[in-house]
Amino acid sequence: MLLIQCPWCGNRDQTEFSYHGEAHLKRAQDPQQLSEPQWGDYVFFRTNAKGLHYERWRHSHGCRRWFNAIRDTRSDRLHITYPPEQPPPDRQEFESEPCGK
Amino acid sequence: MRQVNRLRLARGGRLQREKVIHFWYDDKKYAGHPGDTLASALLANGVKVVARSFKYHRPRGIFSAGCEEPNALVQLEQGAYTEPNRRATEIELYEGLVAHSQNCWPSVTFDLGALSSWAARILPAGFYYKTFMWPQSLWMTYEKFIRKAAGLGRAPNAPDPHRYDKTHAHCDVLVVGGGPTGLQAACTAAASGARVILADEKSEFGGYLLGDPVQISGVAADQWVAERLAELRKMDEVTVLPRTTVTGYYDYNFLVANQRVSEHFGPHKNDAAPKERLWKIRAQQVVLATGSIERPLVFADNDRPGVMLANAVRVYIHRFGVLPGTRIVVLTNNDSAYHTALDAARAGAEVEIVDVRRTADGELVARARALGLRIHANSSITAVEYRRRRATITQVQVMALSPDGEAVQVPAQTDSEPSARRMLPCDLIAVSGGWMPAVHLYSQARGKLEFSDAVQAFVPAAEHKSPPNLATTNQMICAGACRGTYGLAACLTEGSQAGAAAATAAGLAVEREPPTAAFAVAEPQYAAMRPLWVLPCEHPIGRGAKKHFHELQNDSTIADIELAVREGFDSVEHLKRYTTTGMGTEQGKTSNLNALAALSRLQGVGIAQLGVTTFRPPYTPLTFGAIVGHERRELFLQQRSTPMHAWHHRHGAVYEDVGDWKRPFCYPTAGESTHVAVQRECRATRNAIGILDASTLGKIDLCGADAAKLLNMVYTNAWNKLPVGRCRYGLMLNEHGMVFDDGVTTRLGENHYHMTTTTGGAARVLNWLEEWLQTEWPECRAYCTSVTEQWAVASINGPNSRALLAELCEQPVDAQAFPFMSMQRCTLGGIAARVFRISFTGELAFEINVPARFGLAMWEMLMQAGEKYGICPYGTEAMHVLRAEKGFIIVGQDTDGTVTPLDLGMHALISKSKPDFVGKRSLSRSDTARKGRKQLVGLLSEEPNFVLPEGAHVVAKLQHKPPMKMLGHVSSSYLSPVLGRSIALALVVDGLQRKGERVAVAMMDGASHWARITDSVFFDPNGERARG
Repeated sequence: MLLIQCPWCGNRDQTEFSYHGEAHLKRAQDPQQLSEPQWGDYVFFRTNAKGLHYERWRHSHGCRRWFNAIRDTRSDRLHITYPPEQPPPDRQEFESEPCGK
Repeated sequence: MRQVNRLRLARGGRLQREKVIHFWYDDKKYAGHPGDTLASALLANGVKVVARSFKYHRPRGIFSAGCEEPNALVQLEQGAYTEPNRRATEIELYEGLVAHSQNCWPSVTFDLGALSSWAARILPAGFYYKTFMWPQSLWMTYEKFIRKAAGLGRAPNAPDPHRYDKTHAHCDVLVVGGGPTGLQAACTAAASGARVILADEKSEFGGYLLGDPVQISGVAADQWVAERLAELRKMDEVTVLPRTTVTGYYDYNFLVANQRVSEHFGPHKNDAAPKERLWKIRAQQVVLATGSIERPLVFADNDRPGVMLANAVRVYIHRFGVLPGTRIVVLTNNDSAYHTALDAARAGAEVEIVDVRRTADGELVARARALGLRIHANSSITAVEYRRRRATITQVQVMALSPDGEAVQVPAQTDSEPSARRMLPCDLIAVSGGWMPAVHLYSQARGKLEFSDAVQAFVPAAEHKSPPNLATTNQMICAGACRGTYGLAACLTEGSQAGAAAATAAGLAVEREPPTAAFAVAEPQYAAMRPLWVLPCEHPIGRGAKKHFHELQNDSTIADIELAVREGFDSVEHLKRYTTTGMGTEQGKTSNLNALAALSRLQGVGIAQLGVTTFRPPYTPLTFGAIVGHERRELFLQQRSTPMHAWHHRHGAVYEDVGDWKRPFCYPTAGESTHVAVQRECRATRNAIGILDASTLGKIDLCGADAAKLLNMVYTNAWNKLPVGRCRYGLMLNEHGMVFDDGVTTRLGENHYHMTTTTGGAARVLNWLEEWLQTEWPECRAYCTSVTEQWAVASINGPNSRALLAELCEQPVDAQAFPFMSMQRCTLGGIAARVFRISFTGELAFEINVPARFGLAMWEMLMQAGEKYGICPYGTEAMHVLRAEKGFIIVGQDTDGTVTPLDLGMHALISKSKPDFVGKRSLSRSDTARKGRKQLVGLLSEEPNFVLPEGAHVVAKLQHKPPMKMLGHVSSSYLSPVLGRSIALALVVDGLQRKGERVAVAMMDGASHWARITDSVFFDPNGERARG
């Protein structure tokens, strides 16, 4: 079971959280202007990363707040969690992060 | 003292010898002592055959003294208390224990199933895959017999009367294993002030020290263990858990351990304590000191009762004071078994040693020679004589090995050399093929393993070879035998180091450097083992009657491995599944490595290259009870009930589960069927007045300057112009354009709204709003609060509802003062209420909301005052009938996540003026805008009394049997009392253009009905009743 650091509450068990898919999908200001493929991309297509993945979580049985995380889908290691308004951190810096904390 | 047991030694063992306890095994009464396990007590009583094997039903005896036991599985206790497949080696004896043997009929000594042993030729590996494939329709028949023939014990057929507990724990250092390494690690870590949990699966700590009369720095081993334990138990931050098996090691140092709290008292004996307690431990650091498991050798007929792991023999002698045999042959490829030989000889057994090594020398061998034990070097056991009647081994045949160990040296026919085939009389074979580090938890934790040539087994890899991002998320240190370190002094030193390292890593200050050479232990020099595990006999393996079992529990033989390889199942993963090696309840603790050795021998590839299957939790089986814990019956799923629940209960409500809510389905009177009750409730509502408990509807209080903006984005229609005090129905879409909730929202004040959602969708909708607000529109000043449980709601519907409300309400409620789709703050009998004039039945209706604590009082007031108006409580089913008569949808019943508002014919609800709302762009996607989508329509069966089944298919052309081209399906269907006929709603391809068409509805049973497509509103199409 993952140990997830809620940016507001600190480390908690995975059972307190729910997963909400890929993060940093920006809804267009005016979706009506989007072509069908562009809108389809936003609605249906998601990154299926083998490796570092930006994703959205919610501390559903805690503060009920959403936040984002970078998780390595190969090792299930959560490298960083951060508030939703924060721009995505560069994942390159976690690519070779040594094991351990 | 009186000798209770035939084979009990006069001295020794950690038993309370002064106390005698009785137990029943296969309905026969035996005696033992507190401190015995069921296995040791059976051995002391001379019981040799305790089980029948899984496939061939061969008689089997006790093979080990621990959790690796593949044979001695018993049915423990009876009736509701019974538990199948319990290892006799792990069951602590208590007064009155009852156990039965399994997998045999009529009895363990005479078992008819053993006929399958004769049929072994036709029961090869992969038997089921090959045999029961055809014809498929007969599988159900085969399965019944297979299930009966296979399998082990019987599941209890009554609910488990035990209590089970769960607990969560956090610690700095978790030490798994309470042998010398683990004790030393725990003490060192605890000395730093760390919060330490020490868990061991046995009832007593000390691990192998309990079965080894060794001295540590001049102190007897058991004394040393007692001192360490006393030290630990004195410390407040240390939790010592005996009888606790750490069964699973998951991500981020999360471990699950099962503590057997009161089982050893027997059923009923300690009802105050739970039987088992499941620990969920989050540890900062983990020290794995899980020890190692002895590896058997595979020789001809090595499964006979009386074949036992060498160290187990030693454990029975020292820990339980039982000598399991009087004439013992020790078969070994290494030195450690010589300890057994020496101890058994000192305990009074006649011992001979068969050593497969070319020459037997070294310190321990010399000691054995000095004691006068005969050693047959470069030899192997090639046959075992087993007397079925006496249930014992009587002698073994020993022959010399060829130089490569692949064959025996068969004497020429003329050769009269008597020593070529030596017969050694014996009643017990103690067997040792070396040791296998118990790396199970380490492997579960995604630790990498490597094959060690020194240990000839898999050990934790010295360094992580995987890229860092693939590495485990766990913080663990292996110490002692589980990482292939043998020798007591070395293990103790590693324990100290691991304990100190773990405490330091957990952020604690370790005062002094751990001692490195502080443990004075007199240990012999061990000579090298011979890496030979599959021992030949006179016939090639697999030929002749003799069987070489590498896997005792699932009856898998070396011949099966050869067959699997011949048939191409030669990767480790395939081999495991094809031969079922390691798939029994002991998960191959004694067999996996020997299977690999056999495979390696066949393929001429080193074991290191073959790899190993990943270990999975649990390490030992867990009971369902332990996993379930308290979460059963009413604690399994929380039930939600409304403030009026007590009234419903008093009035005979029949319930329906909606989400977690208990909602009244209907209120049948005495002798009334639910169908009749629903029809009566519907009529009463249409003709007089009905009352519904609508408290379960989701309610969200929405505030803030941008609240209307939020509503505009999440609903399809426009909200800017909604005046204060007015209500509006809204449809909520997801970004796919599909309807996912609906409800009425009311403007309570300038920037204050009351939103209602479907009962089941309340949490989903709140999260939906929150997700948008928190992630996409953080600048939007709108704030949501769930108030579902804060308000109790009674919905009164029907022509008399206004009269009732007028009677109770202090404010005017006439049509002028209180128009349709508006809200009034009223006072009813002194209770302040929000009353919404909205209708889900099409009748004149009011939804009366009061604070939850007044809910019951309000309901009772309405019932009392409503009596003269003919008030009738109605449940969810009548609500469904009434709304279907009006063509009102239920999201999730008439929609299924693929239905747009256009498909529902709700074009009017989609704002033309709003530039954007969630899902808007998707409504003009090519797929949602295309022709040929399913649309919601009414459906009237031609036979007016026939209620079409919900889910029935509307088909384009009726045929004799499926498949038929499907046009759609019936989504709602009821008998409408007010219309005097059945009605249905259906989703039908291009349905809105097909009104008036006659279509066929095909049933599951092959029957069919004709129906006509109509408008979806069946009753009061102009809505005059609700507006009146």
